[in-house]
Amino acid sequence: MNACGEIDFGTPASATTTLVTLDIDGHAVTVPAGTSLIRAAAEAGVMIPKLCATDSLKPFGSCRLCLVEIEGRRGFPASCTTPAEAGMKVRTQSAQLAKLRRNVMELYISDHPLNCLTCSANGNCELQTMAGVVGLREVRYGAGDASPGENHFTDVVRDESNPYFSFDPGKCIVCNRCVRACEEQQGTFALTISGRGFDSRVTAGQDESFMDSECVSCGACVNACPTATLMEKSVIEKGQAEHSVTTTCAYCGVGCGFRAEMQGSEVVRMVPWKDGRANEGHACVKGRFAWGYATHPDRVTKPMVRAKISDPWREVSWDEALAHAASEFRRIQNKAGRNSVGAIVSSRCTNEEDYLVQKLVRTAFGNNNVDTCARVCHSPTGYGLKQTLGESAGTQTFKSVEKADVIVVIGANPSDGHPVFASRLKRRVREGAQLIVIDPREIDLVNSPHIKAAHHLKLRPGTNVAVLSAMAHVIVTEGLLDEQFVAERCETKAFADWREFVARPANSPEALEVASGVPAAEVRGAARLYARAANGAIYYGLGVTEHSQGSTAVIAIANLAMATGNIGREGVGVNPLRGQNNVQGSCDMGSFPHELPGYRHVSDTVTREMFENDWGVKIQPEPGLRIPNMLDAALDGSFLGLYCQGEDPAQSDPNTQHVTAALSAMECVVVQDLFLNETAKYAHVFLPGSSFLEKDGTFTNAERRISRVRRVMAPLAGMADWEVTCALAKALGYEMHYEHPSQIMDEIARLTPTFAGVGYDKLERAGSLQWPCNDAAPEGTPTMHVDEFVRGKGRFLITQYVPTDEKVTRRFPLLLTTGRVLSQYNVGAQTRRTANTDFYGADLLEIHPHDAEERGIRDGDRVGVESRAGRTVLPATLTERVQPGVVYTTFHFPESGANVITTDHSDWATNCPEYKVTAVQVSRLVGA
Amino acid sequence: MENLGTVLRIVATKRTLPGALLPILHEIQEALGHIPPESVPLIAKELNLSRAEVHGVISYYHHFRQTPPGRHIVRVCCAEACQAVGGEALAEHARARLEGSDLSLEPVYCLGLCAIGPALQIDETTLHAKVTPKKFDALIDALEADQ
Repeated sequence: MNACGEIDFGTPASATTTLVTLDIDGHAVTVPAGTSLIRAAAEAGVMIPKLCATDSLKPFGSCRLCLVEIEGRRGFPASCTTPAEAGMKVRTQSAQLAKLRRNVMELYISDHPLNCLTCSANGNCELQTMAGVVGLREVRYGAGDASPGENHFTDVVRDESNPYFSFDPGKCIVCNRCVRACEEQQGTFALTISGRGFDSRVTAGQDESFMDSECVSCGACVNACPTATLMEKSVIEKGQAEHSVTTTCAYCGVGCGFRAEMQGSEVVRMVPWKDGRANEGHACVKGRFAWGYATHPDRVTKPMVRAKISDPWREVSWDEALAHAASEFRRIQNKAGRNSVGAIVSSRCTNEEDYLVQKLVRTAFGNNNVDTCARVCHSPTGYGLKQTLGESAGTQTFKSVEKADVIVVIGANPSDGHPVFASRLKRRVREGAQLIVIDPREIDLVNSPHIKAAHHLKLRPGTNVAVLSAMAHVIVTEGLLDEQFVAERCETKAFADWREFVARPANSPEALEVASGVPAAEVRGAARLYARAANGAIYYGLGVTEHSQGSTAVIAIANLAMATGNIGREGVGVNPLRGQNNVQGSCDMGSFPHELPGYRHVSDTVTREMFENDWGVKIQPEPGLRIPNMLDAALDGSFLGLYCQGEDPAQSDPNTQHVTAALSAMECVVVQDLFLNETAKYAHVFLPGSSFLEKDGTFTNAERRISRVRRVMAPLAGMADWEVTCALAKALGYEMHYEHPSQIMDEIARLTPTFAGVGYDKLERAGSLQWPCNDAAPEGTPTMHVDEFVRGKGRFLITQYVPTDEKVTRRFPLLLTTGRVLSQYNVGAQTRRTANTDFYGADLLEIHPHDAEERGIRDGDRVGVESRAGRTVLPATLTERVQPGVVYTTFHFPESGANVITTDHSDWATNCPEYKVTAVQVSRLVGA
Repeated sequence: MENLGTVLRIVATKRTLPGALLPILHEIQEALGHIPPESVPLIAKELNLSRAEVHGVISYYHHFRQTPPGRHIVRVCCAEACQAVGGEALAEHARARLEGSDLSLEPVYCLGLCAIGPALQIDETTLHAKVTPKKFDALIDALEADQ
């Protein structure tokens, strides 16, 4: 059902640019050719009655309510399936149409319960509205043995299996909108109409409950339902919303726009925003439903302090907590020097908050010891893309995938990690684009309903560079280069060196087959398919970056795109899929020890002076400490104070023992978070954080899209995160004056050329903006590197495959790799505190049946997983998704301790940890 | 398990046909007498469809059975011509007679014997015309005797 106040145009907009003019009820209406009559009428303000049509779905023509008359044509065509033509004369109202519509509606209602007053859709029911619009006054028929106004399915039972919505077939009018939404929008095909004729009914899976079916709980069906058949349980419980606020999801890097539907300051439901450009009205189970954590009883809403981490927490006032933190940081700096304190910025906080924390470090702390959790995920993206293309960001919009012909997905699992983008990608694949998956594991994109990868390069973990270099070898040696593009757009010498390098026999697919485990023919096939595509697009994730050669792999990807001319237009590009809502933004905001906002090095005097003048302080020209350096320095006693905002390194960073030892060695750890997380166990000061519902600001998603986050309720602890950072800076003696986050964005725009044109007023008007946004591109930049690369000429770099030091041995014969599932999110701080645990309640170790058999492991056994770094216990699940020799787990639950076993190995360029490769042994627990 | 082996073999031989689902379902039903619900995930995976889609098709066609049929299938014609000459009464009689029997009773809409109704069919093999309740009982007695 539509969110309150949104207009439903009936069918999607036409993408053509040719215009046609027609007459609808005497109004001259001009629309793009291919627009349906129902949409053309709606655009002119004429609303034609409808039930089965909605503008998120292709027209279906089944409800027969949207009939119109067209001059010169016989009968009453459905306006949803009839395209507008030039010169057409359309009548949407006549006595005959009115009679037809009323009769159709009477038939619908003959089989529909009449308990509207107590129905959960009351006030927002399209069936009820349409009955009103057509003037239904009596119902003469009953369906079968039922009386008029009773549903003929007398045996219907409500399906309450899904934690977030209920399914009541007794209210269903079989309009097919849910089935179509599941197919067209989500691409899961979990719903069908079973039976035929009068027995037709909406069915999940093979006539089973929604929970047991293939449903992924994205909520598209609920959104599409015009009645109360599919309804959010929160609406059933609370009633319809009275106002709504547009905001941005705080989960993954897709950055979906949502309308928070509210009753006062209480969220009734979150509905995907139709005009949100990242998601275009779609959502996933996290953003759509898993927002209950924001008001979970575990939220800490009082600042707390303790002298030692073994002491109990003591609730104190904000003033006391901030004064204590400030005096501790000052004491430490006086004792151990200016560089003995630092901060970690969160990729889950807003741009404005991230900007303020690095500003606090560079002003109040007086050093550059600031790093972001992007260190442990996408720092190689920043490095690799900057080195080759000139900008640390993805090159496209998500919409660009609609024009891709060959799509390469490498080291990413979009249907779990970036589900809304996955739906867009899958739609394109159903339209005929071909798919290449490069992943050690058989992710859903390899083979799922209506999706089948042309190639799945099932490589050994840690060999991305080998496979990518081998693909480059094929492209160079088989004459598949885009010579013209390279000659015009790229550095000649660097290209020649690269060409010579990849052409070497050592880089052939045959030579690298032993290392990667991928048959050479498959690599050759994939390389040819990508290189020959009219538009080839690469999407990648942490399976590329979180390796000892993470940066090399990013560079190899950029090399492939340049070599084949797949950059600088729609449908192509190099696209990092960002893990968290604001990874891009936190990086953009200068949350790195070596960079000021806008990726400008701290050694750059001109930039530094600009900030120094604005901030009124001296900024150190030397880079500060990265997160791993901070931890090492803590252990050697030179780093003693940490301000950690919205980040949980004790759970999320590799080699937990090392992290906790370092945290224990610090004298003042200040944690600012929604919950007492794992890191808070080592904290001395706890500052309550605020959820995305409680503050104003902006997030920047994986397409560089800056979207507004809007406050819908007051911060539970009284202060939004940005206010806390300002207050801490003030307690440290550095005043920051902002009345509203918009003023922080004004400062960012003033000091950062790529953001110069960004402001809240413009965001209000445009909905969202993709940076660079400045005088050269006042409305933002959807596609980057169009005429030339940001760095001028594109630069090829040599990508020598170097096997990781993390090798299998007789003692640790298996490789462990990690990933996420759809329903849980990273360390689970949010999703574990929602009903999403009904979908996935514990981390599991996936193991191939062969490896399991050798070890006597059965499905469900608890097994010990041991690496050089540590040991943990997980329940095993046997699956051929993983290859023999490889095991896989997720890291959503602290008790599973996935990072107890991950090691200190990290990317050579950026120290991004090698989460994706750990040599382990797996053994059945005795007595398990 | 044995059934699933048969299903896999059938899918393997027919999967490349355009619109392979219906021919596959027909052949499975021919081989097994019905389409076991546990074969649906397998058919779906092999044809790159969802379980729901396959179920939608199976449940759409009355011809497809999801449970094993009786020892024999007795189809009574319920189309107009047969109705006009006592088909409804025959169907009513058949329902009562076969209650609890190991024979399956199914309606069918026209067997092409409109001039000599009421008509019925036993299995896919024999057609019977001008079937009265008495003649029906005799046919059923014969089937039941033939254990």
